[in-house]
Amino acid sequence: MSLAAERISWRVRDKLIVDGVSITAATGTTVGLLGPNGSGKSSLLRLLAGLRPTSSGVVRWDDMDVSTMSRRRLARRLAVVDQESTTDQEPTVREIVELGRLPHRQSWSPMSARDRQVVENAAETTGVIHLLDRRYSTLSGGERQRVQIARALAQEPTELLLDEPTNHLDIRHQLELLELVATTDTTTVMALHDLNLAATYCQELVLLHRGRVHVAGPPAAVLTRDVIAEVYQVEATVDVIDGRPRVLFTRLLADHGLGTPLPR
Amino acid sequence: MTAHLRAPLVVWPAGVILLLLSVATATTIGPSDVGPRDALAAVLQRLGGPPSQLSLLQQSILWDLRLPRAVLAAVCGAGLALCGVVLQSLLRNPLADPFILGVASGASTGAVSIVVLGVGAGAIGLAAGAFVGAVTAFGLVLLLAVAAGGGIERMILAGVAATQLFSALTSFIVFTSADAEQTRGVLFWLLGSLSSATWRDVALCGVLVVLGIVVCWARAGTLDAFLFGQDAAAALGVSITRMRMVLLGVTALVTAVIVSSSGAIGFVGLVLPHAARALVGTRHRVLVPTATVMGAIFLVWVDTAARMVIEPQELPVGVATAIVGVPAFVVILLRRRRAT
Repeated sequence: MSLAAERISWRVRDKLIVDGVSITAATGTTVGLLGPNGSGKSSLLRLLAGLRPTSSGVVRWDDMDVSTMSRRRLARRLAVVDQESTTDQEPTVREIVELGRLPHRQSWSPMSARDRQVVENAAETTGVIHLLDRRYSTLSGGERQRVQIARALAQEPTELLLDEPTNHLDIRHQLELLELVATTDTTTVMALHDLNLAATYCQELVLLHRGRVHVAGPPAAVLTRDVIAEVYQVEATVDVIDGRPRVLFTRLLADHGLGTPLPR
Repeated sequence: MTAHLRAPLVVWPAGVILLLLSVATATTIGPSDVGPRDALAAVLQRLGGPPSQLSLLQQSILWDLRLPRAVLAAVCGAGLALCGVVLQSLLRNPLADPFILGVASGASTGAVSIVVLGVGAGAIGLAAGAFVGAVTAFGLVLLLAVAAGGGIERMILAGVAATQLFSALTSFIVFTSADAEQTRGVLFWLLGSLSSATWRDVALCGVLVVLGIVVCWARAGTLDAFLFGQDAAAALGVSITRMRMVLLGVTALVTAVIVSSSGAIGFVGLVLPHAARALVGTRHRVLVPTATVMGAIFLVWVDTAARMVIEPQELPVGVATAIVGVPAFVVILLRRRRAT
């Protein structure tokens, strides 16, 4: 197992944001984190990345406890891409992708020939090589997200954490980006909103609800009519095509319908 | 704007040569007419060379007044620009300058206490008082910020609060205790002035500024990592709590020692980092030395202008830096808008 988190919790004052979540990811697989707004997806990702200390429970990457690893060592194997990365400065795309080499070199040393090669390769893979001399602020949302993924790949990670990478992107850019992530050979955990895209691109899904794992497993087991009604309070029809569930939303369910049988 | 200047090859040697020329030229400018050749001869004589043709008075003007002043201007300009670069990166705030964390106003209170209340005496007392005030203010800001949760925006808010508090204290002391003569002296110092520069100041500031440059340059990659914020920096392998303490501590010390020797010279630390970024980009390996050299050259010339424009009177250099700095800032802002 590349990732194994056991009953991790995160408490802010007396509110449990993440409540005893266990999650595993086999090496090389893509795991999707689903759940309504505020269900704890982003917080869980921060705990998995070791960016916040857990209140209880342990996050392990290849049997190494995140809380005892140095940040630098962790950054050499684990890359994180945020929902939206903003800066008040005017960096070029090349300067941003080069950030990915920081965990691998000394703070004062220049980029080596190999560093430069890795940067070029990452930019090539993500299709931003023609943008390298452009300013980040002049890019579209989709281009920015690809640049951030290029930066992440320049870290040469074995694991990738993404927080709603397709936010604000049109459907073509969403598909392009997820194709790109699916073709990398990293172990990937990503938060997603779109259930159909999650079903298409993830081997495993974890559905969070109020900080807890509501259900986890292969897409067909997670995305069922009953589960969607219970967690999202939305009525949906689910067809399974080629082993992948296809969700079509039909109408809202009343809030208080939680836990009661579906109206027929 | 796409291809930045090849900084290591062109800008640095050119910058260092320009800086040396600036300091040399600045020492020949002033009411007492001393040509470049005579000036060089006088300096060489001090360093053990053959005797020069200048009178003792002229020699003294050169060696005891103009040269330490020009060198101190270079050192302070470099230090202020360095602190601006580091703080703008760490606090992710384009408006950050060396005084944002209350260091300058703390120094003012310290210095004013010495001048007006007569605790200790002479220039040595003033500098020491300013230094103690600066460090006290920074300590208070850290305590406040940590107590309020330790975030970056808390730090800036705590800095604002400390600045207000110490400014009020300074005004209170001046209002209740100072006579007209003292008030004028205090005002001059508050606006920033290099007119009392001595070799002692040069040595003290020089050591700390050089140390600061070395530390911050060595952490260039760390400073780069803060481009997209603290979490992004941590995810790139930076131990953010430790590095923030080290880098903020260094900037506070450098600022404190500069303020204690020359008052709060504004705008250098705010404008020069932006100018340097426009020239060489955001990589701190290149940005740190570029900004420091630019800051040094800038302050040497602005100080020379400040002591010449309303001769025989002298303009506080802080006033001059603002007069030159604000239009420069506007130009940078407009260029930036066009670039986006």
